[in-house]
Amino acid sequence: MNCDEFAELVTAYLDDALDDSSRPLFLDHMAQCAGCTGYYGQFTSAISALGALPAPGLSPQTRSHLLTAFREASSEKPE
Amino acid sequence: MSEGVVRLGGVTDFPPDPVIVAGLRSGDEEVFALLLDEWSRGMLRLARSYVSTAASAEEVVQDTWLAVIRAVGTFEGRSSLRTWVYRILVNTARRRGERESRTIPVSSVGGERPDGVPPGEGGPEGAALAGEVRELIDKAVGTLPSRQRAVITLRDMEGYGADEVCEILSISPANQRVLLHRARSAVRDHLAAYYDGKGGP
Repeated sequence: MNCDEFAELVTAYLDDALDDSSRPLFLDHMAQCAGCTGYYGQFTSAISALGALPAPGLSPQTRSHLLTAFREASSEKPE
Repeated sequence: MSEGVVRLGGVTDFPPDPVIVAGLRSGDEEVFALLLDEWSRGMLRLARSYVSTAASAEEVVQDTWLAVIRAVGTFEGRSSLRTWVYRILVNTARRRGERESRTIPVSSVGGERPDGVPPGEGGPEGAALAGEVRELIDKAVGTLPSRQRAVITLRDMEGYGADEVCEILSISPANQRVLLHRARSAVRDHLAAYYDGKGGP
């Protein structure tokens, strides 16, 4: 396995989706290649950073508008 | 809804779908508010994959919830409720995105700053991630094609499993992985260029 092939398989490896023949080749390559070990580290750091991004929520106006819409829809429905 | 919701250290033990669906159908506002607060952030992010501004994404999310209110009586439980709601969101956002691409001059798309969060509103994780890196990642995600952006949003920003993402976006597992990998590689490239410029992380 060369470095390009390694780089293409990182997501498959992380999803545990490598087949039985590719997985040992992937791990062997990483063990022997400092560049790809570094690449792998950057790749997983990027994933962690994505998971740590803050997410803005709905504005209070939209939230209250939706709660009102829910209340009105419920009161129109027969029980 | 006093039963079914247990809060432990701020983490909500989310009630199972049948409890939620029954609550929505019977007009239990607390159940609806719980869903709104749990899911809207992720929905805003996903909508942003298809539309050009944060304001537009908010309208997509609003329209989605209004559709959910109208249609919850027809939910059959063939998928999880969350998948069902997210599929409505994706359809709504795609339609709006297509409309925008016909009406908005290309020059005005992409000029918007990344959807930033005012300082102090990010919570502990947000604070832990350096502002500069956060902005960089926001920017990197903002440059992705919408299909890649949708997948990386759901998988890495929201933490959904591959199966659910395939179902929400109606794509095959192989396609999901390709889109995710391209998106992650692009974000990695942006970060690597940044750290190279700084002499390492």
